[in-house]
Amino acid sequence: MYEITEKKILNQDVEWMRIKAPFVAKNAKPGNFLIVRVDEFGERIPLTIVTHDEMSVTIIYQKLGYSTQLLSEKQAGDFLFDVVGPLGLPSHIRDVKTVLGIAGGVGAAPLFPQLKEYARRGVIVDLIIGGRTKDHLLLVDEYQEFCRNIYFATDDGSCGQKGFVTQVAEQLYQEHTYDLAIAIGPLIMMKNTVLLNKKYNVLTDVSLNPIMIDGTGMCGNCRVTINGKTKFACVDGPDFPAEGIDFDELMVRQNYYKEEENHICRLKLGARK
Amino acid sequence: MRADRTKMPVQDPEIRNCNFDEVALGYTPELAMLEASRCLECKNPRCVSACPVNIDIPGFIKHIKDANIEEAYHTIYQSNILPAICGRVCPQETQCEGSCILGIKSKSVAIGALERYVGDYALKQNLSIQEEISEKEEKVAIIGSGPAGIACSASLRRLGYQVDVFEALHEFGGVLKYGIPDFRLPKEIVDKEIQNAKDLGVQFHKNMIVGKSITIDQLLHEYHYKSIFIGSGAGLPKSLGIPGENMTGIYFANEFLTRVNLMKANRFPAAPTPVRIGNNVAIVGGGNVAMDAARTAKRLGAKNVFVLYRRDMTALPARQEEVEHAIEEQIDFRLLRNPVEFIGENYVVKQVKCEVMILGDPDESGRRSPVGTNTFETFDIDSCIISIGQSPNPILKSATPELEVDRRGRIIVSNHQTSIPGVFAGGDVVSGAATVILAMGAGKEAAISMDQFIRERA
Ligand SMILES: Cc1cc2nc3c(=O)[nH]c(=O)nc-3n(C[C@H](O)[C@H](O)[C@H](O)COP(=O)(O)OP(=O)(O)OC[C@H]3O[C@@H](n4cnc5c(N)ncnc54)[C@H](O)[C@@H]3O)c2cc1C
Ligand SMILES: Cc1cc2nc3c(=O)[nH]c(=O)nc-3n(C[C@H](O)[C@H](O)[C@H](O)COP(=O)(O)OP(=O)(O)OC[C@H]3O[C@@H](n4cnc5c(N)ncnc54)[C@H](O)[C@@H]3O)c2cc1C
Ligand code: SF4
Ligand code: SF4
Ligand code: FES
Repeated sequence: MYEITEKKILNQDVEWMRIKAPFVAKNAKPGNFLIVRVDEFGERIPLTIVTHDEMSVTIIYQKLGYSTQLLSEKQAGDFLFDVVGPLGLPSHIRDVKTVLGIAGGVGAAPLFPQLKEYARRGVIVDLIIGGRTKDHLLLVDEYQEFCRNIYFATDDGSCGQKGFVTQVAEQLYQEHTYDLAIAIGPLIMMKNTVLLNKKYNVLTDVSLNPIMIDGTGMCGNCRVTINGKTKFACVDGPDFPAEGIDFDELMVRQNYYKEEENHICRLKLGARK
Repeated sequence: MRADRTKMPVQDPEIRNCNFDEVALGYTPELAMLEASRCLECKNPRCVSACPVNIDIPGFIKHIKDANIEEAYHTIYQSNILPAICGRVCPQETQCEGSCILGIKSKSVAIGALERYVGDYALKQNLSIQEEISEKEEKVAIIGSGPAGIACSASLRRLGYQVDVFEALHEFGGVLKYGIPDFRLPKEIVDKEIQNAKDLGVQFHKNMIVGKSITIDQLLHEYHYKSIFIGSGAGLPKSLGIPGENMTGIYFANEFLTRVNLMKANRFPAAPTPVRIGNNVAIVGGGNVAMDAARTAKRLGAKNVFVLYRRDMTALPARQEEVEHAIEEQIDFRLLRNPVEFIGENYVVKQVKCEVMILGDPDESGRRSPVGTNTFETFDIDSCIISIGQSPNPILKSATPELEVDRRGRIIVSNHQTSIPGVFAGGDVVSGAATVILAMGAGKEAAISMDQFIRERA
């Protein structure tokens, strides 16, 4: 059992937790993720390790469907049934001078450890952060500690530009050049960002979040096609250079269980409320 | 002397292909006695040498004849701590039973069924073996809680070592848990037999991926384990490598079986992990994994489940009993068909295109090898489950560069020792996908080498 030692509500959809998991914490590197099971019947939920110290790790999760809502019912002092990790390959930190981070929604969480690592190595870091509303812009204070400029985009215009992160990026590319962009967010956002960046010749890394079960390369559920080759996101990624990723295929794969997910969410959480 | 082998009662095929309860129901005491009476108690029993762990087969059968099942259990337990499991899943026809003298003229003794009977009796009666263990101080680590790891851990514990088993998943048992379905091997049986190892004092740790959560180097130098056994199995699924394989609706057997066996997707929504296969399901492959996938798909309600296999019926590598049960459960065998392409719409699979094969000259496995005919046939499908084999998971290797593996990722050993002194390995990770009992045999033997290693170093 793994104790939740601290919990914060970041906005109506997103929460933060610190979990005591020494073996996950000890070997964790930027880009690694973990898998949580809330209770003994729970689904295995993959979540990025946002920060870690000697004993514990922090996660940021969006209450999306059944399992993340179940997780959100847990409070500080409660225990999680399973936490395993660190999983995946650490982010490949490239030898560059300027980086643009592009975060969509809860993508700000997985982007954080990578971007911070670049900044720690003296790289100039700019960030575009997007969300539904002002309240949905995550980790802004934390990012402010090491980003040169932060630009905002919200769906409703409550902060920064009204619209998508890609629109902000396109404007930036008129004035700035970046050696690398790292885009993390919903698949459709990453896809469009990569298309845009191609136009402006900006190299892009992304972090993929396909459906996973074991997270150890055993099941093949997480596979993605990259340049015609199959990769397992849990062991070969989750970070990849964006070049050649078949995002359309991945989006269909990610939606395979939509019907079941909606069903269980209505059925179980609906009934309990 | 009775010539007829005693049949084990089974659930009716029409009923069982809708439930996940065990198919084979096990002998009653009368049936066990009847079957035991067929054994000749050979002086030089051929069956014993054909069992990878050399169970004293005539010995335990004699105890059944004497109605002393407890003693029969003790006899088996000397060589095999998982009798209720092996009695169910061993490919007996190619091992013990395949060599039974009675098999020459009529039918071999049903050794597996008798072993299962004894194993089940022990579980039901809660028979425990009281062993005196003279404790040693040295710690040993076991990677993986499959049959190889369990067997190795028990053997080392009996020698007095402090044994820690590290398992990547959230449950123990390896393939016994996530691969082999309930209707063939109920999970309570796996848990109870693992409990035996726990009762010996073996410590099991879940959620520990060696190579990620902890490394071999840390185990040896930071946590001071004197020796390590790697029993991490062959968990990496092989792909067909044909166009369209990553469309939705196409599963590797590991994903499909893990969803159902480990995550209990058959109970969705009571269990939150779903599985979806539709009505027309193609299974690719002909081994145990393929049979398990096919029969599981049927139980989930698929109307038409068919097996695409590139050779003929005689070449199916699955256990004979599984093939027979699959046929009874209306699994359709479409033989001499080799998938060459998946055809879909908008990334959702709709059809599988197969080449029609014929059998040519024997290959190195001794079986006639399939040859393409350049004629093709296409089947409509809602989903496809690929079950064509597995190789070792590369996580450990990539975290431990000095660990030598062969071209197919299998760990190279000499006398069970790997290229790293003090680190041993056995089971599927060394042999490639094989059997439960071979993995256990390897785990047991490795334990002896580990003991030797530690004592020489002391
Ligand atoms: C490597 C990785 C890192 C991730 N990091 C974060 C993070 O830091 N913060 C965060 O909020 N989310 C993260 N996610 C996504 C998170 O795992 C899913 O949102 C979560 O599993 C949804 O579960 P649910 O039952 O609440 O929702 P559901 O209603 O079951 O699913 C909603 C959607 O989530 C996706 N999903 C469902 N099950 C899984 C699964 N087992 N694995 C992956 N995706 C799934 C599907 O696209 C689905 O349509 C990450 C995913 C991966 C693979
Ligand atoms: C569906 C299916 C049906 C089968 N049917 C039969 C049958 O009827 N009869 C038969 O004899 N055999 C059968 N087999 C084969 C048999 O199950 C295997 O040969 C046997 O389980 C191998 O045992 P093992 O201990 O080597 O590995 P596994 O059983 O694979 O166990 C390995 C364990 O190690 C864990 N692990 C892996 N990597 C790490 C790591 N880095 N750190 C920590 N833990 C790790 C895994 O999670 C797993 O639990 C079947 C296999 C499958 C898949
Ligand atoms: S362990 Fe397997 S091979 Fe050995 S006697 Fe039992 S069933 Fe036969
Ligand atoms: S070979 Fe057959 S008859 Fe002889 S001891 Fe073994 S099981 Fe009995
Ligand atoms: S999640 Fe199972 S192989 Fe990646």
